[in-house]
Amino acid sequence: MFIPHTDQEKEAMLSSIGVKRLEDLFTAVPEKHRFPKLELPDGLTEMEVLDELKDYSSANETAGDLVCFLGAGAYRHYIPAAVNALISRGEFSTAYTPYQPEISQGTLQAIFEFQTLVANLTGMDVSNASHYDGATASAEAGVMAYHNFRGKRSKIILSPAINPQYKEVMCSYLCGYENVELITGGKDPFENPEMLPEEIDDNTALVVVQYPDFFGRIHDFTNLAKKVHESGALFTVIANPTALGLLKTPGAMGADIVVGEGQPLGIPLSFGGPYLGFLATKNELVRKISGRLVGETVDNQGRRGFVLTLTAREQHIRREKATSNICTNQGLMALTATVYMSLLGKSGMKHVANLCYQKAHYAAAVIGKIPGFKVLDEHPFFHEFVVKCPTDVEHLNHHLLDAGFLGGFDLGKVDPRLKDHMLVAVTEVITKEEIDDFAVALKEAAHD
Amino acid sequence: MNTPQGLKYASTDEWLKVEGNIATLGVTDYAQDQLSDIVFFEVTVEVGDEIKKGTIVATIESVKAAADVALPASGKVIEVNEALANSPELINSDPFGGAWMLKVELTDPSEVESLMDAAAYASYCETRGH
Amino acid sequence: MTEPTIYELSSPGRVGVRFPESDVPRYDPPADLLRSDLPFPELAEIDVIRHFTHLSAKNYSIDKGFYPLGSCTMKYNPKINEVTAGLPGFAFSHPLQPVETVQGNLYLMYQLQEFLKEISGFDAVSLQPAAGAQGEFTGVKIINAYHKSRGDEKRTRVIIPDSAHGTNPATTSMIGLEVVHLPSDKRGNVDLAALKEICDDTIAGLMLTNPNTLGLFDENVCEVIEIVHAAGGLVYGDGANLNALLGITRPGDLGFDVMHFNLHKTFSTPHGGGGPGSGPVAVTAALADFLPAPIVGIVEEASDDVPPLYGFLDPPQSIGRVKTFFGQFGMLVRAYTYIRMHGPDGLRKVSEYAVLNANYLLSKVKGKYTLPYDRICMHEFVVEGVWPDLPDVHALDIAKRLMDYDFHPPTNYFPLIVHEALMIEPTETENKQTLDAFADALLKIADEARNEPELLKNAPHNTPVSRLDEVKAAKELVLCCWLPEKE
Repeated sequence: MFIPHTDQEKEAMLSSIGVKRLEDLFTAVPEKHRFPKLELPDGLTEMEVLDELKDYSSANETAGDLVCFLGAGAYRHYIPAAVNALISRGEFSTAYTPYQPEISQGTLQAIFEFQTLVANLTGMDVSNASHYDGATASAEAGVMAYHNFRGKRSKIILSPAINPQYKEVMCSYLCGYENVELITGGKDPFENPEMLPEEIDDNTALVVVQYPDFFGRIHDFTNLAKKVHESGALFTVIANPTALGLLKTPGAMGADIVVGEGQPLGIPLSFGGPYLGFLATKNELVRKISGRLVGETVDNQGRRGFVLTLTAREQHIRREKATSNICTNQGLMALTATVYMSLLGKSGMKHVANLCYQKAHYAAAVIGKIPGFKVLDEHPFFHEFVVKCPTDVEHLNHHLLDAGFLGGFDLGKVDPRLKDHMLVAVTEVITKEEIDDFAVALKEAAHD
Repeated sequence: MNTPQGLKYASTDEWLKVEGNIATLGVTDYAQDQLSDIVFFEVTVEVGDEIKKGTIVATIESVKAAADVALPASGKVIEVNEALANSPELINSDPFGGAWMLKVELTDPSEVESLMDAAAYASYCETRGH
Repeated sequence: MTEPTIYELSSPGRVGVRFPESDVPRYDPPADLLRSDLPFPELAEIDVIRHFTHLSAKNYSIDKGFYPLGSCTMKYNPKINEVTAGLPGFAFSHPLQPVETVQGNLYLMYQLQEFLKEISGFDAVSLQPAAGAQGEFTGVKIINAYHKSRGDEKRTRVIIPDSAHGTNPATTSMIGLEVVHLPSDKRGNVDLAALKEICDDTIAGLMLTNPNTLGLFDENVCEVIEIVHAAGGLVYGDGANLNALLGITRPGDLGFDVMHFNLHKTFSTPHGGGGPGSGPVAVTAALADFLPAPIVGIVEEASDDVPPLYGFLDPPQSIGRVKTFFGQFGMLVRAYTYIRMHGPDGLRKVSEYAVLNANYLLSKVKGKYTLPYDRICMHEFVVEGVWPDLPDVHALDIAKRLMDYDFHPPTNYFPLIVHEALMIEPTETENKQTLDAFADALLKIADEARNEPELLKNAPHNTPVSRLDEVKAAKELVLCCWLPEKE
């Protein structure tokens, strides 16, 4: 199968080594723990394993069969066929980290282009080669801020409207640092993030907001950024890349670090991973970035080429003095996003963002007309919005499922104060007819 | 390898030039040679900071390595070579001149006595080879 | 030939993919929240396809040839893995769907947890960590949380052998613990006397890679673990080198308390040019309550005709969440496929032949290259890429020259404890002819180093670019191909 040796070759190799049997290669392993019998099912052929996996796959009912109004951090978008055609090339997928630049220019140039696209999308100067996902990229922004102030400022303030899973991951990463205090500003989950300045003081290292926020709302953070900077702290925006096709950039608002989840850029939902974290910043902070960076240079004949650069910051050189242990990036996912953004280009990115905006607003208008349902739309929103429902969201979603819909996210699951609140996402793949049908199903579900 | 007379040397490859109770800090020719092409230099303390002996006061990065610079005697920072951050290659080309890093007012000038002189440091480098 | 960047290829007005026009009434976004311009390239689909196809041709890959990058386990990645991971029921499932609608995913994850427990000899597994480095982070956090939960606050030091991966000390620092370095002995094992000296009641644990980064199985592994346990510490197993141990021995049986897996190494999920990886963590029963949340479990037992309901469980003393959702699910499907195809006998064969290949290659080159520890190796080995009488030739030159022979070089300058190290891991999927050709190239290069050293110093000669100016890259720091003028 995947081991090509014939018996004759095996024998010749053993004799070159100077041992008689394969077992003789393992005498350093304690005898009583050597060659355990593994209680695993017997191996299958390719044909059989595919059948088995098809069984599992078809046991799911997914956003592929159902009309998906579920978002909350992962979004169903259309992925052009050319994306998969390119990223499934073995030259990309079966290479590793470009340690040897002479034979890795493909990966290196693609990452360099990724860095450029992310910097331009977010309105920043530089981007790194990617992180595991949006949440770990957010945590790395916290690590950057901590080290930027050499541990002298220890307070990190999070907007109440950040994805709760991101908050959890940031806590897992940052709670190990001496004295770091991670606080969620505001008292009300829907509090306007413009209120955060009350919490900012001269011990604050970083203020973090989300854009669009977890509830889909869009705010102009320009004034907040100013207030953060007046206190000497750094300002991070967690941004949705689809929205940035249309909306004012965090860079233009004064962000120091922009991070986010790159999954909407051509990456399948795939039950939550692999996804893509991006991190962009200003030139002044480039040396504080954790993770890989690709830079342009020339070879010894003057030809343009690309290399991993600023590697002396990384764990394999600095060891316990490194600010992060990250060693890989999310290579193939960064390539996916690069191909997606190249294909959509200037007009496609805007168009998709606009379609999401239009359809979400139509959906909000239609749902808002159903008796008993109220859309919380005091603030502008992008492609996701909160609906206060007349009844339990889980109950509604159960009925929606029977009607062929994946309903919105039940906010009561992450905050008991938000019981009966549904977070509805609408992207370009949803048609007007589907939105109308969804509203009908929602109305029926509420009466059941 | 250059090891100027009249300076004091630490086993971690820093040099101190002591004039009265003022000391100037840098790293040695041996250190820059081990690091090879230096591309980044940053002082991690500020003028006015009171620094204990052995504290890290600067960071050097080359293409393939990174090194911390420690202050081998306690003192108060009185001047930082701000220009060095913009031309870190000076650490390679002029480690004992243009690449001075900072000046301190020594808290206890007797601490310097335990450091090596040029001859002792040169033979110490010999034993480590290349 | 130099490939232009996507910005250089851009031509205003070109469109790569069309989307339908809006079918709903028009809603105008607030004008003050719109961006002024999107500085993106404009390309047709064919431009994009050709550009990235050209770039792909500049990469070396496993599909192209031998990739003996030590410690990275660059084995062949079966194509069926890509088919299974792309099945629509997996690819289109949203991570927040009701669990009743994703029983296929959950069953697969549950089974994979069970498989990994059986392979490693541990009692519980979390699939959440995104990569090996994050698995390490999770593992050490669990050790830290365990001591804290017992009120044992003074255990703040972690012992790390000098042969360890750089991620081990970096991980320890990230968690706010202190690193204590531990030397190796003359045979490349942990120095037991030094270990005993270090161990006291401030030790949180030891991070041990076994086989270690020299490719050697620690001959005293059980004693090492006993010493740490006797001092009240726990032992973390770095699973980077698990490809040597499938069906050979189980880290849990040896006494380890926690370990991570690198599914992208051992279980053949493609490395993707540097990710995504996948780094599940396994622990003993005593540590199961600390695993990152959530893990997959049975939430409703099976009854007569109804199968059990799989769902998510939060371990009671969980260290929390280390990434969004439940892990790199697409990688889990690939690893599951691989394990399922191999079964117990197939997995043991993987490790046997990985070790056979490494020892065979070692037997072919050891006359010409210095071997710092002359022992039977496991799945990889380390030689010195330097000769005492040729001070100007370095491991880097040998590595670069190997490219001219159409091979990917081994890992070089790691582990740090070997002078000018070349770390070679052939993996089980390479045949004898490939290993012979690679050994021949290494032997020829050893001769060239003596007779025509310039061939090495100027290598590589036949690659898309020659040696690159890394000093210029780091100093000038050009990280983007095009940015608009600042307003």
